[in-house]
Order: sequence, then structure tokens, then C-alpha cells
Amino acid sequence: MSALVIDSVSKNFGGVQALTDVSFSIAPGERRLIIGPNGAGKTTLFNMLSGAFPVSSGQVTLFGRDITNAPPNLRANLGLARTFQITNLFPNLTVMENLILALQAQHEHAFSMFRLMRKESALFDRAQALLSQWGLSDIAGARAREISYGQQRQVDLILAMAGAPKVLLLDEPTAGLSAAEVVRVVGMIGDLPADMTVLMIEHDMDVAFDIADRIAVLHQGCLIAEGTPDEIRGHPQVTEIYLGAD
Amino acid sequence: MMFWVLQSLNGISYGMLLFLLASGLSLIYGLMKILNLTHGSFYLLGGYVGLAVLHLTKSFILAVLLGSLAIALLGVVMERFLLRRLHLQEMPQTLLTFGLLFIFSDLAMLIWGGNPQTVPKPELFRHSLDIGGMVYPSYRLFIIGFGLFVAAVLWWVQEGTRIGAMVRAGVDNEEIARALGINVSLLFTLVFAFGAFLAALGGVMGGPIVGVYPGADFEVLLLGFVVVIIGGLGSLRGALVGGLIVGLLDNFGKVLFPEFALFTIFAPMALILAVRPTGLFGKE
Amino acid sequence: MKTTSPARMALFLAVAAALALILPYVLTPYYLGLVVKMMIFALFAMSLDLLIGFTGMASLGHAAYFGLSAYVTGLTALTLGWNVWLALPAGLMASAVAAGLFGLLALRTRGSYFLMITLALSQLMWGIAFGWRSLTGGDDGLPDVPRPRLWQGYSLTDGVSFYFFAFGLIALSGWLLYRITASPFGQCLRGIRESETRMLALGYDIWRYKFTAFVLGGLFAGLAGSLYVYYNRFVSPDYIHVARSAEVLLMVILGGAGTLIGPAVGAAIIVALENVISAYTERWVMLLGFVYVIVALFAPNGLTGLIESLRKKRAGP
Repeated sequence: MSALVIDSVSKNFGGVQALTDVSFSIAPGERRLIIGPNGAGKTTLFNMLSGAFPVSSGQVTLFGRDITNAPPNLRANLGLARTFQITNLFPNLTVMENLILALQAQHEHAFSMFRLMRKESALFDRAQALLSQWGLSDIAGARAREISYGQQRQVDLILAMAGAPKVLLLDEPTAGLSAAEVVRVVGMIGDLPADMTVLMIEHDMDVAFDIADRIAVLHQGCLIAEGTPDEIRGHPQVTEIYLGAD
Repeated sequence: MMFWVLQSLNGISYGMLLFLLASGLSLIYGLMKILNLTHGSFYLLGGYVGLAVLHLTKSFILAVLLGSLAIALLGVVMERFLLRRLHLQEMPQTLLTFGLLFIFSDLAMLIWGGNPQTVPKPELFRHSLDIGGMVYPSYRLFIIGFGLFVAAVLWWVQEGTRIGAMVRAGVDNEEIARALGINVSLLFTLVFAFGAFLAALGGVMGGPIVGVYPGADFEVLLLGFVVVIIGGLGSLRGALVGGLIVGLLDNFGKVLFPEFALFTIFAPMALILAVRPTGLFGKE
Repeated sequence: MKTTSPARMALFLAVAAALALILPYVLTPYYLGLVVKMMIFALFAMSLDLLIGFTGMASLGHAAYFGLSAYVTGLTALTLGWNVWLALPAGLMASAVAAGLFGLLALRTRGSYFLMITLALSQLMWGIAFGWRSLTGGDDGLPDVPRPRLWQGYSLTDGVSFYFFAFGLIALSGWLLYRITASPFGQCLRGIRESETRMLALGYDIWRYKFTAFVLGGLFAGLAGSLYVYYNRFVSPDYIHVARSAEVLLMVILGGAGTLIGPAVGAAIIVALENVISAYTERWVMLLGFVYVIVALFAPNGLTGLIESLRKKRAGP
């Protein structure tokens, strides 16, 4: 069974056709990259998949389950997590508290008013472990809005994968990062569990071709090519409209 | 039959006053994202200043003009010196505009006292008209005509003029408007002053119908809110349609169920909210 | 916020409790009454802080629940002769139900719409209190509400016993509110305040949290209202008016939203100011207006915010 099936998805924003009849499916454990010029509809597609906006037509299926009209929180509970193109953290909470909220999301105690947060030591331990795993222990107590942009991008990524999702949507995780930070983030993505399915938007071609098992190319809201990195490299239309632009 | 026609005309004329108030409220919110709680004060102060001018000059036209312009000037001062410092800070803006509502309310009480005052109708519209056996005060018909005229002018300004295009650009995206070379700072002041002008216009023009009295500021502010909740914030059409709906509901509510007059306004509002949280013409 | 150390917290609580126990025996009845009023409004402000400071829902109609509970408690005590064990829960129940119904409507929106809708719904309640003369007495209100009657033949008629009654309930409520905000649920409310979209993406059903917080806020506001009607022995539409909703909003912002203790202090300051200023001038409304303007311009983060920035300045280079 495919992890994620996108079937003839279209989106129309008040007369502007942002996506037209996009279909492809992703196998479990696959690293799938989505590339395309600005305005190709990549982030729009992500917003359809995560449930931020409704589709105009078409269907989205997660492990055989139709999630086309499911609210975003239900999709997340079914194992679909996402990062945001524009960093979306809890700015006035500490990095530790950010992680706690991510870890607690699937926890039955999240709604409890009768427990004390500071006594949830299991959650704190897991958050601590995650932070030290990614080498961010020293910013645990800093507020999310006070850490550097590069650190914010990494925390954004950690929040998404903290709940051990089955499918992870990454929206330009390396955008705006320094070369050294890009290496770090690509390393983090490389270290993700092999059975986690990853769908990722990326501008940097080297990064994209480096990570990808398969690549889908969007152009003006349409899927114009799909295949392995080698197939995409040799694809004449892609070369013409995208790679040839350099 | 007669009853329904007359009461409908009463409701529509009051609805036009609410439209004057709500269109400014809506315009200011649309462009500047400020929910201006002082808008009720603009209405009340407009009425009082207009009345003072009328007593001095005996001219209704001068009362309308000077009353509204004085409040527009007050709007300029308020925007330039106070609101400007709180750009896009919702909670401080709310506190500020509410504080000014209190200050102006008490100031009006101090200057004009606690008794309701009536504004005499202009000479030209003091008589009643006989339309097919119905006797109806011509001033109310004049209000309806005037409201429609203002709606048409606003529509033309918004859709057909350069300044309207600037406002629309500013509503869509402030940054882009700046980048296009529009003087957003000046535009903000103008729009805020114009909103104040419209509210004060409602206050003076409404004087002969509903009077000028302490507490009117809170009362019309609330009705103005209901208008924009029903019509949608930031929409001119919403302000007109919402104004008419609320004007009619308010009037029939007061006539038919005096003990529960507010219910006839709020029940439909709740219904519309349940179906369309952003109002009939509001953006999603 | 820096977390206070447990030892300092315990010391603070011990001092506060000792002070609360001594007060009735050192203050004149007039000032003891003023302290009760401060405590009641402190609870009212803390209940709104749960919405504004913790969840990011700026309500301008919070007096609806304060006033409704006050009316229900006052009416049932006055006309049905209910004792406090019936009249108080009846008021709380009514305000929780009203908060639930209004929440269903208002929580479909956010920001300015939420502000306007909560205001409009509370004014609807005000309109009923004002218009339904036969039941509520209209703008004359309901005079001569009895003091809380604990059982047949025993009422809290003297100031000191009423003080302890109010203090006990308010201290318990304050502790409950603190526990709620310190719980996992409270942490989720902060998350919603910071980023609703991120909370959704993490899988939280944020509506459920917001609705629960909204009803809880209404419930505690209701308790404050019922206590106030027992305190004043009178209830009028003023209890529900938007001016009161705005006043409690001012208390929250003045003290510092999201801290519970800040809004309680803000409430005490406003009540004290009103008491002092009203004695000298009739222009209390205008002066209160200036307080709004000054807070908006110079202390939008409240007293706790001011203290925090002063502390930072001192700690900085």
C-alpha cells in the first residue's frame, strides 16, 4: 500500500488556478522531493496535504484512508506531520516547552487539568534526549524567539518529527540557512528512521538530488515530470523550464 | 398595511444612519486593522457640535458641515498622535479607543449636561408628505435619500477613483502598497478622519430623529458592531446591507416586543454568525 | 517569566495567609469591605486572564457571566428564599451554560471579530436585564438581596464572617486557576496563544481546549459575580454593562496578562483608585478613561512586564 496517494488534486483561489489535476503516490519509507520554480504550487500542495486549506477537487489518501476532508489535527494524529516554510514555533515559550508540546500531542494526558506539568518528568526526559541527540541542549531554556534563525529552523524540524510520524512533510527546511547549517539539517534528515516517509520541498538542487529517491516536478500548478533523480536530470522539459534557466 | 410601510420607512431611515456609522468603522478596520471603539463618540460628539453650531448660526447645512469637519479633525489628531504609536497592536488599540470613549463620554456630560437634547429639523424638511393617503415626515425620506447618495459616492470613490484604488491596495497588503509608492501614512490619516467624518455626519443628521443624549455613544457603537458582524468587516456593501437589516430589526423589535427589543437584533445576528462567522460579505 | 523558587513561593503564601487571617481584626469594617471588593474583582480578573493571558482570546464581554450569575443568585435568594448552597451553584450553572452557548458562536472567530461578538453577546444579556422589568426590576435593579444563609437561622450578616466566606472561596478558586494553568492543559492553552496553526499541525483539537477554557473562565467570573451580589446586596444591569467588561480587561492588562497574580494586583489597584478618586471628584469616568490611555501607551505589558524589563535593564551591560 502507498503511504500517501494524491489523486487529481486541484486548487482554485478565487479564480486563480494554483494547482491543476496533480496526481502521484509515494511508497512507504520513500524520500520524495518536490521541486519547481517559485509559484509552481508546491506550498499550496503541502497545505492541501496537511489540511490547512480544503482542496477544490481531487482526493488525498494516507495509508489507504481517505483524508481529503479531515481537519489538520486528525491528519496529524493519523501520522502526518509537517514543518512550515515560514518558521512556526511557539515564540514566547522556551525551546524545552516547545518540545514538550510536540511530545505531549499524542499523549492522553494533554487535556488533564489535575496533573502538574513540572512533574511530567518522562516528557522532560524525552525532550532532553531529543535536544541532546541534535546537539541543542544548551538552548533548552531560551525562548524560541530569541534563538538564531538556523536554530529556529532546526527546532521547527524537531517539533515535526518528535511525534514519530509515519509521513513527514518538510517545506524548504534549508531555506535561508548558511552552508554549514544546511549540512547540519541535511544530516538530520538523513538520520531520520528509514521507515519514515518523507515528502520535501527543496530549492537547492544539490540538496534535492542528494536526498531524493524520487522527484516530482511542479510547474505552474501542473505536475510535469516524475521519476528517479537520473530520469529527472535527463528529462527534456524539466531541463528546459527549470534546470536550463541557470 | 399602512403600519408596516410606515414602520419599514422608519427602520430604513435609522438603518441609513447606522450605515454612515458602520461604513467608517468598516473602512478603518479594512485598511488599518483597528477596531475603533471611539467611533460611538464620533457620532455623539458630532451631534453635540452640530447642535451648538445650529444654535449659533441657525443654519442646518453649516451644522452638518462644521459638526462633521470638527470631528474629522479630532480623528486626524487621534490617528497622528495616539493610534499611530500602536500600529497593529490589537490589545493596546482596544484599550486606547475604549479609554477615549470614556473620556469623550464624560466630557460631553460635563459640557452639555445629562439631559437629552433635540435637534430641530431643517426648514426645508419640516413638513410631512402625503403619499397615497399616508402622511410621512419628509425629513426621514430625506435621510433615506441622503444615505443612498452617500453609499453611491463611497462606491464610486472605492471603485472608480485613484484614491479608492490606493485604499484597496492598502487593504490587500500594506507592504505592497508602500512598495508601489503609495503614501500609506497619509492614507491612514485620511481614512481615519473620513471614518470619523461619516460617523459625525450620522450624529448630526440623526439628531432630529433620535435626538442627542448621553449614552448614545455606547448604543450606536453596539449597533454598529452588529451591523459589521452581520455585513462583514471591511465591506462597504456589508455596511449598507447590514445597516438596513439592523435598522429594520431594531425598529420592529421596539414596536412589536418592547421588553425584548434587543433580541430581535441579536437572534438573527447569532444565526448569521452560526452560518457565516465573518458576516455576509466579509472575507474568509 | 522566571519561575519563582518553591521556598520563596511558600514564604509568600504563608505571609499572605497570615495577613489574610489578621486583617479582619485590624481593619475598620469599611476598609475590610473594601478588601473584600478587591478580592472579588481579583477573582474576576484572574478568570479573564485564563482567556486573554493564557489562551490569547481577547473577550470584551466577560461581564456577561459575572452579571448573569449575580442575577441568578440574587433572584433565587430573594424570590425563592434559597440558601447559599442552592443559590450560588445555580448562578455558577447559569454562567457556565451561557459561556458554553456564547462560546459555540464566538469561538468560530478570532481577533477583532471575537472581540466584537463577545461584546455584542454580553450587551444582549444586558438588554434582557434592562428590559425584563417584571423579573429583574429593569435599571432599578434588585435591592435587598439577603446575605448568604448557610442554614436555617444562620446567615453571614456581619462583615468578618462574610470576609472569611469570600476569602475561602476566592483563595480556593485562585489555587484551582493556578493548578489549571500549571497543568498539561494549561501548557496547551499557552501553545494555542502562541500558534494555533502549529498546535493543529501537532494534532491538538484546539477547539476543545478553547471551549473548555472559555467555559471555565465564565464559571469563575460567575463565582465572582455571585459573591459580589452577596457583598453589595444589590444587582443591576451595570453588572453586565460593557463598561464593566472593559474595566476587568483593563485590570488584566494593567497587572500583566498571563500571570494570574498580575491581574489580581491590577484589580486591587483599580478598585483602590476608584475608591480614592470617587471621594474627591465626580469625574471618575474620565480619569478611568485616562488610565486606559496611559496603560495602552506606556504599559501594554502591564506591571509584571515593566518589572521584567527593569530587571533586564539592571542585569544587562
